[in-house]
Amino acid sequence: MPTTLSSKQRLSIQRIQMPTQDAQPRSRNFKEVNLGLSQAAAIAEAQRCLLCRGRNCVAGCPVGVSIPEFIGALAEGDIPAAADILQQDNALPAVCGRVCPQETQCEAKCLRGIKGEPVAIGYLERFVADWSLTHSADLTSPVLRPASGKRVAVVGCGPSGLTLAGELVGKGHEITIFEALHDTGGVLRYGIPEFRLPKEIIDVEVERLVARGVKIECNVIIGKTLTLAELQQEFDAVYLGNGAGLPVLLDIPGENLSGVYAANEYLTRVNLMGAGQRADCATPIIQGKRVAVIGGGNTAMDCVRIARRLGADSAMIVYRREEDQMPARVEEIHHAQEEGVEFVMLAAPLEVVGDENDWVAALRCQKMVLGEADESGRRRPVALAGETFLLETDVVINALGTRANPLLTATAPELKLNQWGNILANEDGSTTLPGVFAGGDIVRGGATVILAMGDGKRAAASIDAYLQGLPSRLQKTG
Amino acid sequence: MFTVLRNELIAPRLHRILVLAPRIATARQAGQFVMVRASEGEERIPLTIGDADSAQGTITLFVQAIGAGTQKIVSLQPGSSLQDVAGPLGMPTEIETWGRVVCVGGGVGTAVLYPMAKALAAAGNSVTTIIGGRTKSLIILADELAEFCQAVRITTDDGSAGTKGFVTSELKSLIEAPDSRPSTVFAVGPVPMMRAVTELTRSYAIPTVVSLNPIMIDGTGMCGGCRVQIGGEAKFACVDGPEFDGHLVDFEGLAKRLRMYEKHEEACRLSGN
Ligand SMILES: Cc1cc2nc3c(=O)[nH]c(=O)nc-3n(C[C@H](O)[C@H](O)[C@H](O)COP(=O)(O)OP(=O)(O)OC[C@H]3O[C@@H](n4cnc5c(N)ncnc54)[C@H](O)[C@@H]3O)c2cc1C
Ligand SMILES: Cc1cc2nc3c(=O)[nH]c(=O)nc-3n(C[C@H](O)[C@H](O)[C@H](O)COP(=O)(O)OP(=O)(O)OC[C@H]3O[C@@H](n4cnc5c(N)ncnc54)[C@H](O)[C@@H]3O)c2cc1C
Ligand code: SF4
Ligand code: SF4
Ligand code: FES
Repeated sequence: MPTTLSSKQRLSIQRIQMPTQDAQPRSRNFKEVNLGLSQAAAIAEAQRCLLCRGRNCVAGCPVGVSIPEFIGALAEGDIPAAADILQQDNALPAVCGRVCPQETQCEAKCLRGIKGEPVAIGYLERFVADWSLTHSADLTSPVLRPASGKRVAVVGCGPSGLTLAGELVGKGHEITIFEALHDTGGVLRYGIPEFRLPKEIIDVEVERLVARGVKIECNVIIGKTLTLAELQQEFDAVYLGNGAGLPVLLDIPGENLSGVYAANEYLTRVNLMGAGQRADCATPIIQGKRVAVIGGGNTAMDCVRIARRLGADSAMIVYRREEDQMPARVEEIHHAQEEGVEFVMLAAPLEVVGDENDWVAALRCQKMVLGEADESGRRRPVALAGETFLLETDVVINALGTRANPLLTATAPELKLNQWGNILANEDGSTTLPGVFAGGDIVRGGATVILAMGDGKRAAASIDAYLQGLPSRLQKTG
Repeated sequence: MFTVLRNELIAPRLHRILVLAPRIATARQAGQFVMVRASEGEERIPLTIGDADSAQGTITLFVQAIGAGTQKIVSLQPGSSLQDVAGPLGMPTEIETWGRVVCVGGGVGTAVLYPMAKALAAAGNSVTTIIGGRTKSLIILADELAEFCQAVRITTDDGSAGTKGFVTSELKSLIEAPDSRPSTVFAVGPVPMMRAVTELTRSYAIPTVVSLNPIMIDGTGMCGGCRVQIGGEAKFACVDGPEFDGHLVDFEGLAKRLRMYEKHEEACRLSGN
């Protein structure tokens, strides 16, 4: 058992490196890149934490995970206690430990980061969560409230809806999640690739919810199969967590040439349908030799790394600013570089050029330079007059981003939206319709997993309060 | 899971399948479709809802087995199930009382046309349907359409049934006779056929609705794969369509995008058969 260390001893420990698959083989397979920490390494890393009273790191986490507490337990070697603490604060820790942009959230606020490297909070979260996945019997089961007789409908089985469902089922309410696709997880399944987030983790988390009584109905599109009005009639409250899955088009000539994909199509074919991953897969995908991905976010990084794995000799990121301005997680950018991804920076696409059969042949780009800073504080890219160049390519993937899909909201005119089509929701998740709450990407636009989960958690508390103020449906009908 | 209640072969490779899907049967309107996966690991296949009975909770699908995905669907026996049926998707057909309308169906497009024609007739339009195909065995649903159509005319490329020739010559003769000239035309079929129909009606300035069949993945507006150019603007066929003003459609672009996976599908067809 580790003994309590002095601050000096803690400060002398170096930040752990995450072991990874070697770059060369991994750039051709879909197995997870990060291999996870050994128990000894995790405990050593946990011992770097100063267990600060100020809990700065906690303020950096959108759901306020009790970071010093779980890390403290881990540093003592008490993994079950660490796991118990974590599961109270975060419904999907195995997911967040892998995909949160820690460098701008919890780890950005870590005191140890001021003079050196922050504690690897994400890696430790992943370690403890992965331990929990295989040791569920050793965890304290949460205390469940008796059945309330109240029914809540959740639209969308992404991280926001899943978190809300987990919170509310624990409070005794009956939960049904309606999902448009044939499978669960939202972007976690169809967007984020296997080599970053193994599907098995989503499966285990979803199974756990189902075991606790959450009903999940796939293939139900709210706004089409059932309307929001029908849900309002049948349920005591409704949560809208339907995400922001509408691709923004490039809107340049040549966008409809064969070989041009919107990122969502490319990702869905590979991640949800299994194209290029299983030999017997029914879904085809164009495996380019020279693939250009337009954008600099997580979506772009996922697409370009998939393109490498599908056999591209040259997989390129085309971005109109510079590398250090890309919004993707830093770790993904590093991993992409190690895997041989090329970065074509300060380039804005003007046109996709086709060959004689109308297949993609090249991407004509405008050279950019960085000018004055804009509202976000980032220097704005401006075109270098007359400077264009041709990038030879056979597949182009548009990863510019997504907006709110109007499929549901178009059929619920009473629901107020903002100018971009996102649902207007208050801090507590309530919308302009009584009993209807919303959160995640449909409210925020494309954001992060943990923000979507935080919304789900807050809305669960509001819905619970709302339901307690209502007469029970059983009493109403009985 | 969605139970298959009946599965009949009504023409070579064309099956009429009755499926239990109560919510879809209730919500569905003419012109809408479903996304179907026969089983785990299969593709999502868009199929028009041919008919529905909300009291029985059933929908009818007309499925032509052309590749691996559709082959898997038609091979299901009554009592077994389709893994996934999601819908109803797309915008319903705009049903108005135009008076005299002509519906033109080519190949399996006739199956897509059937619910449109039925709804148009039910709304009080006088419907004449022209069905075209390469040869007699590929003419489908003629008897079913005759039940509510004013007239059903058949054309075959080889003259083995109906008039020898293309649907467009039959349509032209209807347009040119003053007492049969339609106020609106509906056309569903292979791209070259829809294109030829719209070229013809354009010269007579007769409004023409076509139902497009681009490759679809989700069917809910998420992937952008089904985008088509309509009057120079990108539209998603699965949410904005599948029916559009035929005179505004970029058929050339649609045809090219439909060929994107030709090589892959050849492989599927060879191994699947
Ligand atoms: C490729 C990619 C990579 C990303 N990487 C990261 C990352 O590394 N870290 C990070 O923090 N964030 C990342 N994000 C962002 C993150 O995934 C999203 O912010 C998050 O998933 C939003 O969660 P959500 O629950 O609001 O919506 P979603 O995950 O989008 O889930 C919404 C669900 O609702 C369903 N739905 C939609 N409409 C309907 C309807 N009408 N009826 C029924 N169901 C419906 C959808 O099918 C979907 O399953 C990434 C996003 C993408 C696209
Ligand atoms: C809105 C809509 C409604 C449709 N309704 C019907 C219907 O009621 N009955 C019916 O039999 N068929 C219908 N189709 C066509 C049907 O979806 C395709 O035949 C099917 O997807 C082919 O899949 P497959 O795996 O069997 O063949 P594949 O081997 O994948 O393809 C065979 C051929 O079909 C073309 N094709 C592939 N995928 C599609 C697709 N998603 N849409 C159109 N063509 C495609 C290919 O270019 C190829 O030439 C509809 C299509 C759409 C978009
Ligand atoms: S949930 Fe995300 S932000 Fe919060 S502590 Fe965990 S990794 Fe950090
Ligand atoms: S700020 Fe850093 S060192 Fe301090 S408690 Fe949080 S993780 Fe530990
Ligand atoms: S099928 Fe995906 S957007 Fe239409």
